[in-house]
Amino acid sequence: MSMMPGAWARMRKHRLAVVCGGVIAAIAVACVVGPWLAAAFGLDATTIDTQLGATPPSGAHWLGTDTLGRDMLVRVLIGGRIALLVAVVTTLVALVIGVGYGAIAAYAGGVVDEVMMRIVDALYGFPTVVFIIVVMAVLGTRSLVALFALIGGISWLTMARIVRGQVLSLKRREFVEAARASGASPARILVRHILPNAAGPVIVYATLALPQVMLTEAFLSFLGLGVQAPLASWGTLVTEGSSQVLVYPWLLVGPGLAMGVAVMSLNFLGDGLRDALDPHTRKI
Amino acid sequence: MIRFIVRRLLASIVVVFVVASASFLLLHAAPGGPFDTAERRSAVVQRAMEDRYGLNDSLGAQYARELAHLARGDLGRSIKRDLSVNDMIARSAPVSALVGALGLLAAIGLGLVMGVIAAWRRNSRTDYALMGLALVGISIPSFVLGPLLIAELSLRLGWLPPARVDGPAGYVLPAITLGMLYLGTIARLTRGGMIEALGQDYVRTARAKGLPERTVVWKHALRLGVQPVVTYLGPATAALISGSFVVEKIFQIPGLGAAFVDSITEHDYPVLTGVFVFYAVLLVGLNLVVDLAYGLLDPRVREGRA
Repeated sequence: MSMMPGAWARMRKHRLAVVCGGVIAAIAVACVVGPWLAAAFGLDATTIDTQLGATPPSGAHWLGTDTLGRDMLVRVLIGGRIALLVAVVTTLVALVIGVGYGAIAAYAGGVVDEVMMRIVDALYGFPTVVFIIVVMAVLGTRSLVALFALIGGISWLTMARIVRGQVLSLKRREFVEAARASGASPARILVRHILPNAAGPVIVYATLALPQVMLTEAFLSFLGLGVQAPLASWGTLVTEGSSQVLVYPWLLVGPGLAMGVAVMSLNFLGDGLRDALDPHTRKI
Repeated sequence: MIRFIVRRLLASIVVVFVVASASFLLLHAAPGGPFDTAERRSAVVQRAMEDRYGLNDSLGAQYARELAHLARGDLGRSIKRDLSVNDMIARSAPVSALVGALGLLAAIGLGLVMGVIAAWRRNSRTDYALMGLALVGISIPSFVLGPLLIAELSLRLGWLPPARVDGPAGYVLPAITLGMLYLGTIARLTRGGMIEALGQDYVRTARAKGLPERTVVWKHALRLGVQPVVTYLGPATAALISGSFVVEKIFQIPGLGAAFVDSITEHDYPVLTGVFVFYAVLLVGLNLVVDLAYGLLDPRVREGRA
């Protein structure tokens, strides 16, 4: 990245963050490709074998089988597809809202900015997760799209603040002045000149939003409001597993470990990216 | 300072008003009415029951009545149990508050110590180890940690009761599970605040005066360094509330969180919206207190902010 000289060098110094980036990439590839590979070995997530029932990890089933005799490794991989899909799409929703909101507030300035940011302040002190639960429970929606919209709809606050701060400092720079003098419209200045220069912090906070969103989805699934059968995510698998942890601990350990490692890697990666791309912000 | 308080107070009232309106609208958007049950009754009786509760009035009239109830502190009634939401809260919130306070206090105590040491020994092995630990803590969801703690500490080793809060020992595992939710965040916030505080001129002055390092770090610098944690108390309580849903379910604690989760499965909508309003008022009030406390901690905020 030419706009961030030294970013890659700083990033590489964070060996742990680089390793975590590799881990998360490996998990993503495994979730996408893994189930197909497993099918070649005659393993899938739907074949029910009640005769077999729940068995601990073995050579044939690396993460064991669940009470219906389904292979847990394949279930975890397929659950990972849904978990990662929800995380990425929801983060994108939050990204679009947050960047748009923050950029408009900062660029408009004055009263508009004041009102828009007071709304963000108020929402910070608001039980947003409880609100989602009430909405999903009362309206009875269980669709993935509702999940994207609702979790994305509450996860954009920090992004809006970050982008606002960036735009505020960028909008007084000479190159913006030059663009304005050459007759560019405010929308064009914002989209073509200011936002590309705010990309660093946006990437950092998008990375840090991913694990957060993943945990929120799992939390909703734990309450029975998130991903619904026949789909399964890490959240639903962990929920199933936690109710039987005393009898069949491997039903919790497999999906719990997968989710824990993914969330942790994303957090470490985000931390590393922050030091590399956004060295001035304070650690939150 | 007074203008600041008044402005924050007004903003809080607006938020509570929006919350109350949202909960009213949600309740009305819910599919089916409270008397659409499988029970057979004639249309006249059905109509009479709905009239009794004013369900056939205009939306505006119902909204006004609902707001008047809320203004008097009446949060509604359960449609599945013979209980008002206020009674439910009075009965179960103290249990939740106790578990939550224990978890939060443990997390603050340990988190502050971790953060201060990490900032003081910045970029050392100790720092990396502590912050790594903090991040691990942030990454483990409570519904994974809780069952694992039960399986290991209470069922295999038999140290602590696995569920229910009959005695003091029963609070230990729920408090740990809940505290782990924000131990990491508190440690990280403290580290950030302390690093900034330790670079301040007044800290250099304190050191130059020859004060012992312990006093400088724990008395002078911490007063400023703890500020990010104070601001975090609002969001922390929000996390505490959603955390209580999980922890009270796992450990079978008869608190408000468990009651709330039960009403999801029972489709007890008035309880859901009533408790939601309660949580919102609680958080808004708490944020107000935190803002004021912020002013007391830092004289610059107290005098500087108009």
